[in-house]
Amino acid sequence: MAITEITLMLMRGIKVTLIVLVLSIILSSLIALIAGLSRVYHNKLLTGFTGFYVEIFRGTSLIVQLFWFSYALPGLFNIHLGSDIWVAVLAISLNYGAYMSEIVRGAILSVPQGQTEASIALNLTRFQRMRHIIVPQAIRMMLPEYGNYLIQILKATSLVSLIGLTDLLYYGNIYRSTHLTEAPTVYMIILLLYFLLALPLIGFTRKMEKVAKKGVVHG
Amino acid sequence: MEEPIVQYKNIRKSFGDVEVLKGINLDIMPGEKVALIGPSGSGKTTIIRLLMTLEQPTGGIIEVNGENLWLMQNKKNELVEADDKHLRKIRGDIGMVFQHFNLFPHMTILENCMLAPTIVKKKDKADVKKTALEMLDKVGLSDKVDLYPSQLSGGQKQRVAMARALMMRPKVMLFDEVTSALDPELVGEVLEVIRDLAKAGDMAMILVTHEMDFALDIADRVLFLNEGTIEEEGHPTEILVNPKSERLKDFLTRFTNSR
Ligand SMILES: Nc1ncnc2c1ncn2[C@@H]1O[C@H](COP(=O)(O)OP(=O)(O)OP(=O)(O)O)[C@@H](O)[C@H]1O
Ligand SMILES: [Mg+2]
Repeated sequence: MAITEITLMLMRGIKVTLIVLVLSIILSSLIALIAGLSRVYHNKLLTGFTGFYVEIFRGTSLIVQLFWFSYALPGLFNIHLGSDIWVAVLAISLNYGAYMSEIVRGAILSVPQGQTEASIALNLTRFQRMRHIIVPQAIRMMLPEYGNYLIQILKATSLVSLIGLTDLLYYGNIYRSTHLTEAPTVYMIILLLYFLLALPLIGFTRKMEKVAKKGVVHG
Repeated sequence: MEEPIVQYKNIRKSFGDVEVLKGINLDIMPGEKVALIGPSGSGKTTIIRLLMTLEQPTGGIIEVNGENLWLMQNKKNELVEADDKHLRKIRGDIGMVFQHFNLFPHMTILENCMLAPTIVKKKDKADVKKTALEMLDKVGLSDKVDLYPSQLSGGQKQRVAMARALMMRPKVMLFDEVTSALDPELVGEVLEVIRDLAKAGDMAMILVTHEMDFALDIADRVLFLNEGTIEEEGHPTEILVNPKSERLKDFLTRFTNSR
């Protein structure tokens, strides 16, 4: 049966797709949080540096960045980033971390000024204000948008076959190249599998929209 | 002679080119209740925000317990701008209740009250909880402790905000029009709590208010602020019943008529 055969073949690629997805989500979230916080911190050097990073990575395309990390850096500076999986994870994370740092920054700035004033009046330190008051509220506010970015990261992982990773799409292309007439079936199944992978992320986003509505009412 | 707990010495404050406080001199004695009245934009909020360290004066000195709030001595005995540590030390004696409550929406009522004593004063959590429950009982909210601020009425929110501020045991409490964001039928319950606090005694209070009858009732002294200067001050009956200056008379009639 062709469909079973195709699906089995594609399953070999799902592992790589999943690994790249999970690692990229973790790393990009960390980068986003750190870069987002740096951009609201009152330190010109830090703010300047992260601003520069964000603009560079937002201003160029992910495909070009993937090729850079994979071919240009090793050729130019003899920097080898290790296995291809890490190259892919790093490029995706730096790219999406840059975008997501903007939502972190926006969310932090949109916590009402009164929250800061109340915590000053209660004599919290700057760090305690961030840790207990501002960041928890900012996170609630940004979760729905964050969920949307996770779905986009999943979609972005389909680019990694371009630098030679054997992911879902890679195996699909291999199969198609030897069974040309079955191309529609192959891509139908690929579509379906990506959608199945996206489902939990979509569910997460929906749920977070509800959480966000509940958690940040002006008090 | 008892020393004032707070002293404003020729305090000036400008926002850009606009000077909104033009040399304020004001002594607050321990336990004294002072009501601050005046037209919109006269600088009432700014006066108390300076003491809460939410704004920095552009001139003059504020002292708390005889200690300079915004300036401190460095190791070489030079006067320099206060750092965070200095501000936090002095700020510990001051508390504030805001017009728009500013409760922490992501925490329950109980957590709102417990946060600062636990993390700022590093007190034992069980003790803090006990005190917080007593405090919330005092303001009549013992059945709401596990709710979130969004589940409360305005009057209840403001009572939580007072309990939260009281948890830090300030020696001076600042109230900025704490009833003016409330529906009229909820004003009474909040004033009642403040009245109890005032009668209880030892905490000094500065109240920015438009509730003249209330000011008359609880204040030891009323200040009339106009265009950034204290135009008239004295005993409540003196100010509210027998005003001297034309501007205060004007303000009071306009005020009564507008109600
Ligand atoms: N952060 C600020 N930036 C610029 N101008 C300000 C700022 N805060 C206050 N002002 C101005 O300072 C003046 C005094 O403001 P303040 O809030 O102290 O008045 P108020 O007496 O409390 O008035 P109200 O009764 O309306 O609350 C106003 O003209 C106001 O516009
Ligand atoms: Mg005001």
